Amino acid sequence: MIKLKNLHKTYATGSNELRVLKGIDLNISAGELVSIMGPSGSGKSTLLNIIGLLDTFDSGEYLLDNQIIKRMGERQAAYFRNKFFGFIFQAFNLISFKSAVENVALPLYYQNIRRRKRNTIALEYLDKMGMRDWADHLPGELSGGQQQRVAIARAMISEPKVILADEPTGALDTDTSYEMMDLLKTINQKGVTVIIVTHEHDISAKTARTIRLTDGIIDNHEGL
Amino acid sequence: MLFDIDKLQEIYGAVRKNKLRTLLTGFSVSWGIFMLILLLGSGTGIENGVKAEFKNFATNSIWVHRGQTSKPYKGLQPGRRIQFTNDDYEEIKSSLEGIERITARFYLWDNNLVTYKNQYGAFNIIACHPDHRYLEKTILADGRLINEIDVEQVRKVATIGTLVKEQLFKDESALGKYIKVNGVPFKIVGVHFDEGSERPLRWLYLPISTAQKVFGGGNRIHALMFTTGKATIEEGRKMERQVREKLAARQNFDVADEKALRIWNGLKRYQKFINLFSSIRIFIWVIGVGTIIAGIVGVSNIMLISVKERTRELGIRKALGATPWSIINLVLTESVLITSFSGYIGLVAGVGVIELAPSHMPVIELFQNPQVDFKAAIGAIILLVAAGLIAGFVPARKAANIMPVDALRNE
Repeated sequence: MIKLKNLHKTYATGSNELRVLKGIDLNISAGELVSIMGPSGSGKSTLLNIIGLLDTFDSGEYLLDNQIIKRMGERQAAYFRNKFFGFIFQAFNLISFKSAVENVALPLYYQNIRRRKRNTIALEYLDKMGMRDWADHLPGELSGGQQQRVAIARAMISEPKVILADEPTGALDTDTSYEMMDLLKTINQKGVTVIIVTHEHDISAKTARTIRLTDGIIDNHEGL
Repeated sequence: MLFDIDKLQEIYGAVRKNKLRTLLTGFSVSWGIFMLILLLGSGTGIENGVKAEFKNFATNSIWVHRGQTSKPYKGLQPGRRIQFTNDDYEEIKSSLEGIERITARFYLWDNNLVTYKNQYGAFNIIACHPDHRYLEKTILADGRLINEIDVEQVRKVATIGTLVKEQLFKDESALGKYIKVNGVPFKIVGVHFDEGSERPLRWLYLPISTAQKVFGGGNRIHALMFTTGKATIEEGRKMERQVREKLAARQNFDVADEKALRIWNGLKRYQKFINLFSSIRIFIWVIGVGTIIAGIVGVSNIMLISVKERTRELGIRKALGATPWSIINLVLTESVLITSFSGYIGLVAGVGVIELAPSHMPVIELFQNPQVDFKAAIGAIILLVAAGLIAGFVPARKAANIMPVDALRNE
């Protein structure tokens, strides 16, 4: 489903160039539950962002669902982000002035689904996350764990093929972190590919496969 | 679709969340429009005031009064008083090209005693030809005005101003009644009125031939007045020159002697005011455009800040599948709604002040009926909205094209 070949990514920081990814080869098949591990600065978040089309890469090849992704138009990228991927962020990234249900429903707004219908669907997903009672609360009124549940509901609502989670437990305590992992596992068991970026060993231990990243390279080519 | 309910609800959410920002944008727009309306309104107020000054006489008229020579001419001493006669009137009337209406005037100034039964008063009397009404823009209040037959048959008839009528007749009808002017009975055939000035309301108009005969005027006249039709300023000047030449030849004075005749050319004076109006209008537009530009800068500024502030939110939207166009569309629709709504508020407030102010203001002669050119006001709003659009477009497009990962990193 996701194939990367010799992927390179460089950030220009002033006059210096920061090489973040130095030739990534990676295959992830449909239905996998994968974690990407590595110390901070190893390029794991960048890798995830490139997979999710939130960032560009310089050279190499990216095949997504057998489509070659190279300088994809923004419109098409928007379509993929909306239909194909669901994102979960460390900082939750909920829109602060929208209630939980409105946040969850937002991806459906970009599918031109009518407000009443998308709010009904959003409520279902909040219910699945045990958050129905907080549907009308603003993100600021929710705890970190609750916000992340809302974020997961939002990631799930467009029924994506791949869930991309960037340090989803980074801002949560251990108990809540394990709850999150259980949720993600449940989602994976329904056939959704889940890719989790983390630097916590106990989190990666809960995934079926771990890809280790050091200094922009995958250790031991275990990704293949 | 530009305005669907969903988008309006999205915008309502953003606006409610950012009240201060919205308020500031709105205020700068409202203020700009408000000031522009006030400026335009006062401009027309001044214009109307000045125009009202011209209401009591024909603006295209030339008035010729007698003067005193100041230069020796053909052996004649300076300081000679010029006299006009009926012949001068006839000569000018028949020989000057371009004359539309012409009248001579024979004045009986200095408060003539006018009596009706036991009522009396002192009034000024002007004896004239029928065309006088066009020069003074006399309005008929009752009966009729002096006509050709009155002049031809030397009838002892008069029209009196409305104030004269009030003083002598009170509520009684004046038509057909006889009054005595310096002891001589005259029949009242009409009551006249005048819009521009109160003075003619205290006058009596008599046929010129009657006044000359009854009050010992002989064939003397005191002034000549005529209108120039649709003559341009240039043609008006030419006629003024020709009158001077003709009368100089008849009365033996130097054409170059400015003081021999006192000529008042309404066209020239009117033109001066027309020029004044256009300068005022230019002035108002310069200030108005300046105000609008200040508004535009304000709107652009706030749009820039607004988009910058929302970068993260827009990044989240992009990550969830917003296309660049939908981002631009969202930002711009918000700005159009805010600017047009507040522009409308400013328009209403400005018009309100313009409408209400005159009744709470002391009467100023040169300031009447301030009005707003509605088209100009609407134009200004459209301009502001368009400027807001253009101003918002650059930052909106920038926000729309930024990679989501960069937008999300933005705190």
